Amino acid sequence: MAVDSATAVLEVRDLTCERGGRRLFADLSFALGPGDVLVLRGPNGSGKTSLLRLVAGLLAPAAGRVRWRGRDTRDEPGPWRRAMAFAGHENPVKPALTARENLAFWIGLEGGASVDGALEALGLDGLADLPAAVLSAGQRRRLTLARLAARPGGCWLMDEPEAALDAASAARLADLVAAHRDRGGVTLVATHDGGAFGRVRTLALGGEP
Amino acid sequence: MSAFWTLVRRDVTLAVRRGGEAALTLGFFVVTVALFPFGVGPDPALLGRIAAGVVWVTALLAATVSLDRLFRPDLEDGSLDLLALSPLPLEAAVLAKCLAHWLVTGLPVTLLSPLMAAMLRLDGAAHGPLAVSLAVGTPALSLTGGIGAALVLGARRGGALCGLLVLPLFIPVLVFGVSGVEAAQAGLPALPHILIEAAILVAAVPLAAFAGAAALRLALE
Amino acid sequence: MPSFPHSLASPARFRRLSRRVLPWASALAAGLLGVGLVWALGFAPPDYQQGDTVRVMYIHVPAAWMAMLCYAVMAALSASFLVWKHQLADLAARASAPIGACFTAVALITGSLWGKPTWGAYWVWDARLTSVLALFFLYLGHMALAGAFDDRERGGRAAAILAVVGAVNLPIVKFSVDWWNTLHQPASVLRLDGPAIHGSMLWPLLTMAAGFAAFYVAVLLVRIDGESAARRVEVLTRRRAAGA
Repeated sequence: MAVDSATAVLEVRDLTCERGGRRLFADLSFALGPGDVLVLRGPNGSGKTSLLRLVAGLLAPAAGRVRWRGRDTRDEPGPWRRAMAFAGHENPVKPALTARENLAFWIGLEGGASVDGALEALGLDGLADLPAAVLSAGQRRRLTLARLAARPGGCWLMDEPEAALDAASAARLADLVAAHRDRGGVTLVATHDGGAFGRVRTLALGGEP
Repeated sequence: MSAFWTLVRRDVTLAVRRGGEAALTLGFFVVTVALFPFGVGPDPALLGRIAAGVVWVTALLAATVSLDRLFRPDLEDGSLDLLALSPLPLEAAVLAKCLAHWLVTGLPVTLLSPLMAAMLRLDGAAHGPLAVSLAVGTPALSLTGGIGAALVLGARRGGALCGLLVLPLFIPVLVFGVSGVEAAQAGLPALPHILIEAAILVAAVPLAAFAGAAALRLALE
Repeated sequence: MPSFPHSLASPARFRRLSRRVLPWASALAAGLLGVGLVWALGFAPPDYQQGDTVRVMYIHVPAAWMAMLCYAVMAALSASFLVWKHQLADLAARASAPIGACFTAVALITGSLWGKPTWGAYWVWDARLTSVLALFFLYLGHMALAGAFDDRERGGRAAAILAVVGAVNLPIVKFSVDWWNTLHQPASVLRLDGPAIHGSMLWPLLTMAAGFAAFYVAVLLVRIDGESAARRVEVLTRRRAAGA
């Protein structure tokens, strides 16, 4: 469990989150080394999504800090943003663009490897030139996750990635995460089904289960 | 810089594909301008006198009706999260989206303005100054409007609220846009008026970037 | 970096201070407005051109001054809230907006009542009336935005950004309206800024202005208390929802 500060890649220190005058969690600390997967668990409203958004940098913490490779992600967002890939609840997929155009836009903006490779990794290569409007919910979810596949090796933040995925796609996701781990990538994932990712660490939020 | 243009290109593509957002704005502009003769009568002298004001006010309304779609779809599908986290500064992303908004609203309106001016019997000598004043003024509308659109994200009745917020802020652009055309109609140089418009545009760029980005960060919390 | 006065930063300390100041501010407002009104309506001389109509000025001008002053206060509080995130600055800015809007409405209404006998019409697109109208729209927008969110905190911060943007824009709006007015206004209209004001009118006017300012302080203190109570109610309600 313990990863000391020297080998830690992502380090969260005394993080406190307040939303709407209410404290969701306080003094949360953990450190993740290369290849680590941290599964966030907890009931609805326990702050899983807020923790992911805090670590990503979308929310400001009430207290505490997040360090990526020893650098504070709020003071120096540059290296963190280039290393991090975030997949939230929603699928940022524009129905008017084709699957390939959707992915190419995000890769153009965020950087990343080849569009075709990422589409193939999620089994979307046959659908690449269809407008995203005709894709099913599961296919759109895969398109969202393809963004991560294009950027292995950094830090992945995923909020319920398996939502709307069938068994075959969930297996592809597990393969992706495994490859990401092999390259020294770090993963934070809020999910009800952490078993698919092999040996993981678990963080329970929301007090006593 | 290439990320900036990637975003501009995507927004323009989306606007064009989404049932032609540009065409809808343009249709709104043309129909509204064409309504004025029904309201004030077909007298060419009267129409010619109010033409610049009519075209300008209508251009302003056309810019406003499409503002609600500037950030809302991106907020709803989570794209705004990724824009805020991308290496492109959020301030630059706001400017890119305002530029895309102008390319699909202000620019077509500007290009079509000579036709509308002719329909309203505007003095031929004033057609050029009208188009130039729109070309300089409408980007300022997209920028100021962008602040309003970002502020009302997540608000109840955001669309109507956005109009209430931004229309008073459009007064200076409207005043100098129209006064340039009127100067041309009176045989005076329009350039000083257009230069003031340009100064407003220059001031609107940093204001929209910082205020818009601050409002977007707030919407993401 | 200088911070928002620390003595005021804590809500409890502010409440103690406000309870001490409020009676004085109220008494001062009542006294100044009472004296000012009697002076202005009963003793100040009528204008040689406008007759007794000029007495509208004693309400109109202080109201217009306060309309602008309130916006300046609101914008300064909003900016300090955005930078230093003091809750109290947010509460005070929010509490200021409706008072400023009321002063603006009073200035507009008295202005148009004054306009009827002097200009022959209730509404003239005079440069000052028009810029005050634009200011009124900004107040309305600010109040609408502050109240449009389910989360009060969100509304406060959005409205604060708007107040700062409006403060940057107001001088430009004023400048453009003056410019527009000189282009369009027929020269025959009687301007308000005629001869320099005589002391017999100036002193009652300043008394009224001081009365308006004291009134503003008193109402602001009451409203901040109300805003702060409303905020506590919301926080407690949320806590209950979370505890259930």
